[in-house]
Amino acid sequence: MQANSREEALEALAASRWRVAAALTVAMLVAYLGFILLVAFNKPLMGQQITPGLSIGILLGVLVILAAWVLTGLYILWANGKYDRALHQYRDGK
Amino acid sequence: MNPTTPLGTQLGQPNTTAIIFFLLFVGITLAITYWAARKTKTTSEFFAAGGGVSAAQNGFALAGDFMSAASFLGIAGLVALSGFDGLIYSVGWLVGWPVVTFLIAEPLRNLGKYTFADVVAYRLKQTPVRLSAAFGTLAVVSFYLIAQMVGAGNLIHLLFGLSYETAVVIVGAVMILYVLFGGMIATTWVQIVKAVLLLAGATALALAVLYKFGFSPVALFNEAATQYGAETLAPGKLVSSPLEAISLGLALMFGTAGLPHILMRFYTVPDAKAARSSVFYATGLIGYFYLVTFILGFGASVLVGRAAITGVDKGGNMAAPMLAEVVGGTGFLGFISAVAFATILAVVAGLTLSGAAALSHDLWSTVVRKGKAPESEQLKVARIASLALGILAIILGVIFKGQNVAFMVGLAFAIAASGNFPALLLSMAWKNFTTRGAVACMLTGTFTAVVLIFLSPTVQVDLLHNAAAPFPLKNPGIITIPLAFVVGVVVSLLFPEREAAERFAEVRHRMHVGAPTPSLPAPEAPVSTPPAVVRPSKA
Repeated sequence: MQANSREEALEALAASRWRVAAALTVAMLVAYLGFILLVAFNKPLMGQQITPGLSIGILLGVLVILAAWVLTGLYILWANGKYDRALHQYRDGK
Repeated sequence: MNPTTPLGTQLGQPNTTAIIFFLLFVGITLAITYWAARKTKTTSEFFAAGGGVSAAQNGFALAGDFMSAASFLGIAGLVALSGFDGLIYSVGWLVGWPVVTFLIAEPLRNLGKYTFADVVAYRLKQTPVRLSAAFGTLAVVSFYLIAQMVGAGNLIHLLFGLSYETAVVIVGAVMILYVLFGGMIATTWVQIVKAVLLLAGATALALAVLYKFGFSPVALFNEAATQYGAETLAPGKLVSSPLEAISLGLALMFGTAGLPHILMRFYTVPDAKAARSSVFYATGLIGYFYLVTFILGFGASVLVGRAAITGVDKGGNMAAPMLAEVVGGTGFLGFISAVAFATILAVVAGLTLSGAAALSHDLWSTVVRKGKAPESEQLKVARIASLALGILAIILGVIFKGQNVAFMVGLAFAIAASGNFPALLLSMAWKNFTTRGAVACMLTGTFTAVVLIFLSPTVQVDLLHNAAAPFPLKNPGIITIPLAFVVGVVVSLLFPEREAAERFAEVRHRMHVGAPTPSLPAPEAPVSTPPAVVRPSKA
């Protein structure tokens, strides 16, 4: 019984990590492929300037780089907080 | 070769400042190597710096491994000559890093010891998996190494006026010293010193440029648009077809998560948490670096001028050094040139070390000696492998002189993304992955990537000057990455392996909770599995 519930706890822990990892990977993929597809399909839009010197393309490119930071940061926040707490609980339950 | 004086640049002339800075860098890093050599007595110290590198240090070292001279000089040049298109590359090269953080870094640290093959082979049969993984690793390392060495020879020839062969021999010899004597400890510190110098140099150069535009990047872009037309700020010819774009994008994104010299860095930190944080630092540093490089490219096109840049080097690789000369004089040119030289050294050292790990740890210790090689023998083989790879790098660098090897970086990423990444991910995430599945997955990915690149326009049209190519895409990622996954899954389902599935519980435990003590991974004799999880395999 004891072993079973511990096994379930680890399974839940593993599932939560893969879920978060997959969601964030998909988010990065969507942001990046979205950018690339705009570059490929809608060059005029990307060339449009918001203010003289700043085209939509440059803005979006910089935003994708910022998105990479933000998504990694979100993962670190989640992992250092919730995930590590659950992991400690699991370890202590040993 | 280049009529440098009429163009008013000191490029290609022996530059005293550059030589002094370069000698200073080599002197300091060799002193580090001497210090590291005395601390490098075990294989763990040689391959993984004894696991004693902090998250921040490893973040800088990861960034150092990734920020090659090609991405510094190449992207600056691409932006200088074609504007916006350079940003597409910067973005592509960065987006692989978050994926490494989410999917790879922590499980890899918990499951492996020195190479990514440790992880794939953990619950599978050692010999076939190690052989295939070493094959993939050596393929990636060789192609990446050739591209770096040939690039190094050309760049140093242009920057310092040294002969191509001399440059290749200097890079090879100094790199051998780092790896042979200092192992991962020295290589890590060389990367850190190089990353700091490169970031500082690029930042100083960008500030000097922005100073002229009231610290407004937008004013700089606007000036570029005034000089070269508004299309500078819009996508140009780089991305011609959407399929091509996605294919290249996938290879760049997942290739980072399959580069052996990057994966190896995660074993240098004490635990999974440090591995996680180190990629966060690396992502920040690399993203910042690419944004700065973008400014440098536009700065060069406005302040140096496209005609002057292509006058020195058609590929635009000298844009950043020329910009340094324009804004800071010969001294600054010397500094940036020395940093570019140092950059190549450091990247080549990291690659060689990961190749040596595959040869010594995967092939010799595990396959040939079945894990029975004593520590001293493993270390000796590792050193011989480093020396051999270093010499091979010099020879290949000389052989490929004057060849257009740019496609080899794409090839290295394609193999890493299709040969290494799918097997790595499946082995960590999928219970029913088997030995045959892993071998089929890795070999399919590696071979199809090589064959399709050979049949692609990059090789057939650009290199061999044929009229058309049998395979239409320049990068095969969109075909080879899914294919490797499908082959891995199908072969695993066709040939189930009970033991591998049963040991998945152990893998999962270790992947999340970590090793009980920093001890051996992938034991030949399986650690006993908790009874509750021995379920009949569903496959």
